[in-house]
Amino acid sequence: MILFELFIGFLKVGCFAFGGAYGAIPLIRDVVLSYGWLDDEMLTYMIAVSESTPGPIMVNLATYVGSSQAGILGSLVSTLAVVLPSFVIILLVTAILKAVLKNPYVQAVLRGLKPCMIGIILATGVYMIIRNGIVIGDSVLLIRPLILTLVLGAIYFGSRKIKESGVSPILLICLSALAGIAAYGF
Amino acid sequence: MNLLLDLFLTFAKIGLFTFGGGYAMISLIEKICVEKKQWITHDEAMTITVIAESTPGPIAINCATFVGFKKNNFLGALIATAGMILPSFCIIFAISKLLDHFLEITWIAHAFQGIKIAVGILILDAAIKMLQKMQKKPMPKVFMLCAFVAMLLINIFSVRISSIILMLTAGLISLILFMVKKPAAKGGDGK
Repeated sequence: MILFELFIGFLKVGCFAFGGAYGAIPLIRDVVLSYGWLDDEMLTYMIAVSESTPGPIMVNLATYVGSSQAGILGSLVSTLAVVLPSFVIILLVTAILKAVLKNPYVQAVLRGLKPCMIGIILATGVYMIIRNGIVIGDSVLLIRPLILTLVLGAIYFGSRKIKESGVSPILLICLSALAGIAAYGF
Repeated sequence: MNLLLDLFLTFAKIGLFTFGGGYAMISLIEKICVEKKQWITHDEAMTITVIAESTPGPIAINCATFVGFKKNNFLGALIATAGMILPSFCIIFAISKLLDHFLEITWIAHAFQGIKIAVGILILDAAIKMLQKMQKKPMPKVFMLCAFVAMLLINIFSVRISSIILMLTAGLISLILFMVKKPAAKGGDGK
């Protein structure tokens, strides 16, 4: 019963995928390969597509794998299963959040967690800019990505000097897609 | 506008423009849910990001569920989460049925070269905004710097250590420091 298998498989992914999609990919690979839904090559391709299309990577991958196995019903069941655990957990957490946040021990833990998370996000941003814009593979300093990085960075951060709200993240994404087409297409 | 419809459309918009995983979305949440709609405060956005990172599942879903619940309880959570999922569901379903060699289409590949760079900028922006609002005390600064250096090394050397290990360690150290300090404070040395 493929639909039931898809549901259980992606429920597992939803329950144990901590720390965002990149941490979850080994787990997803494990589940998909152990059920024998896809071979390694096809899964790698699907992961690449899920990373490049909008939306949460895990949800994209669940939709994709589900669709490949059992059409629209398969993709619906898989997507529902991967989302269900975090939906329920956040509902529970939110319901007790106010009381829990007052607890001094919880506050102590959060005092460590918050700056740690800022450090992690900062490192991720810095690393992505270095990897995508400055050092690609073994070839250091390719000219096109470097120019794209400088131009997009100048537009995004510079626009705030002119107008307080600046360029919105959505506009930046649209501009960057056009800039990519222009820089690589000619 | 009707609140539920607003929730649905807003999160559909966020879902449509979230590339490259949850961190890039934090910029969008800050801009739309905190600054523009004022559904949640900056502090709540921080707390929910921490909770999202410490619980399983996609960060985007966690955020949508939280904001939706806060605005309109269970129904709000359901609608916001559905809005978040719908665009990517349609896009991926269409790709899986219609486009066998999606990533080999030249202009799409070129566009993604650009988008990848924008995602890095958005993540950096989210981090800078959080840094500006972080308490300017030695303790948070030390935690932040240690996590920054550790995560950068993990990325550069592709070590298979999840960021969740770093978070757990930081939470634990902070808790231990608190418990060590507390009896001393009760002792009345005024520290």
